[in-house]
Amino acid sequence: MRVAQLMLIVMMSGFALAACKTKPQTLPDASNAPEQTGANTNSAGSADTTARALPADEQLKQTAIQTGTIIYFDYDRAEIKPEFVPIVTAHAKYLNANNANKIRLEGHSDERGSREYNIGLGERRAQAVRRALMLQGVTEAQITTVSYGEERPAVQGSDEAAYAKNRRVELVYGR
Amino acid sequence: MLNLVRSLALLAIAAFVAPIANAQLVIEITRGQENAVPIAVVPFGWESANAAPFDVAEVVAADLQRSGRFAPLDRKDMIDRPTAGDQIRFQDWRYLKSDFIVVGKLTPNGADRYTAQFELFNVLNGQRLTGQTVSATASSMRAMSHRVADIIFEQLTGIRGAFSTRIAFVSAEGTPPKQQYTLIVADADGENQQKIASSTEPIMSPAWSPDGQSLAYVSFESKASAIYVQVLKTGERSRVSARAGINGAPAWSPDGGTLALTLSRKDGDVDVYTLKLSSQTLTRMTFDPGIDTEPSWSADGNKLYFSSDRAGSPQIYEVDVDQPQRATRVTFDGNYNARPRLSPDGKQLAVVHQDSGNFRIAVLDLKTKGMQVLSGGRQDESPSFAPNGATLIYATQDRGRGVLATVSVDGRVQQKLAASTGDVREPVWSPFPASK
Repeated sequence: MRVAQLMLIVMMSGFALAACKTKPQTLPDASNAPEQTGANTNSAGSADTTARALPADEQLKQTAIQTGTIIYFDYDRAEIKPEFVPIVTAHAKYLNANNANKIRLEGHSDERGSREYNIGLGERRAQAVRRALMLQGVTEAQITTVSYGEERPAVQGSDEAAYAKNRRVELVYGR
Repeated sequence: MLNLVRSLALLAIAAFVAPIANAQLVIEITRGQENAVPIAVVPFGWESANAAPFDVAEVVAADLQRSGRFAPLDRKDMIDRPTAGDQIRFQDWRYLKSDFIVVGKLTPNGADRYTAQFELFNVLNGQRLTGQTVSATASSMRAMSHRVADIIFEQLTGIRGAFSTRIAFVSAEGTPPKQQYTLIVADADGENQQKIASSTEPIMSPAWSPDGQSLAYVSFESKASAIYVQVLKTGERSRVSARAGINGAPAWSPDGGTLALTLSRKDGDVDVYTLKLSSQTLTRMTFDPGIDTEPSWSADGNKLYFSSDRAGSPQIYEVDVDQPQRATRVTFDGNYNARPRLSPDGKQLAVVHQDSGNFRIAVLDLKTKGMQVLSGGRQDESPSFAPNGATLIYATQDRGRGVLATVSVDGRVQQKLAASTGDVREPVWSPFPASK
């Protein structure tokens, strides 16, 4: 009986883990709102059971991804605005939980101005996020940065709405 | 020096030489010179029952027209088709208001080889200005025709023709995040396109070696930027820089032995370096904590011009390669000047210049410091001089698509080159071909 129950729990947690691993990691809100976690505010519900089945490490990662994986910037700026600080904190928590956890920071710019200068801007933004993570205890070896400048826009278009979506750093795991 | 690993890879030859059928560049002259010189380029003679293997005069006329300096006479208006000087009735051509006339004939010269004899005359006084003979194989007739145009152009303007040169550019097809990036080389008239490299990750910043045999470029194919050098003829490719952070903005020294490039290394400070290709010796050229990038060499190889935001917004600076600690500011006009490219005579700097909110191509006279805006788009970038210094090619947008455009350095002649599909950008003009 007990053995069967244990088996079931192990199987379930294994399943949950596998499910998490295959989740698209750059889509924070789309994939993490299944019906059984509908009562978000009531953390004693069945959602908690699923979460408990995850290793603490994996749980921190999911929390970080749900907090956000994209930090947006103002034109020609690389300062992290206050509303994005919780994203940095959440990812730092996960990365601090285990030194083997690694993150990749992809810096981007909007299309205005010359391309290689924009590579520099994207790098500066990625570096700003890198420094913020390191200030919260993440080690250098856990972080890689890459700047795509204006080469990989999130959205196409030549208006401020598109530009605002493209000036960003994406926090990526496992790429 | 783990990062200095040199990898060699032969690209699939088939892909490498494959012409691209559906990315044809279409040239549209958006503004011509008002006082373009009228010239008649008479169809070349061909004494055979079979059709002529190639229309030399058509290519010559198109080249001269694209320069903006000449207005070739429409064939329909030609009342006579002389093929040699002694057949020209000059009064007819004076009546048609042609200032100059080109006549010639094409003759077979053994198997698969042809010879073109041509002469250039001043219609007003009947003077013969030049007459030459050139030859080509069946597959190089177009190149031969460009040579004829080069000779005529130089004879009449005193400026070396650049019709036999090529351009490299990057095309991007598809919408993000699924895009296909291709590095392409084409003749200066957009014909004869060849695919040099292709990736689903960005390709950018192509740069011609001074001998015109190789291209350096940036590719993100390994999920991070790296600089590659590829020999066009063989496809042989080597990775010359794949350090941590940025590997960007390659620029060949005039002797071809050194690349200037941008690195951000581990600390993330974006700076210009030089990399001696034979020894892989890296020398730091800039030391400011800001963004220093987009290096361009002076013709003597002693100086580098580059973009830097050390004073707040991007401006152009210059630095002595032997004294890299001391950079001096070059541009003061406006709050955005970036991506400098030196003219072949070393007197002017083409830059991306912000002009009342728009990014435009401007030329700075280094002596007088006068700045002239040459383009009129919103998002113009990547200026590159033709090797004769008469024309610039750059990237612009047309109805939301990336297209290429050319402008004469006096701003009077403008053209657009749009690909039939996708975006094209980052054009770079090749050096003159090695003289044969």
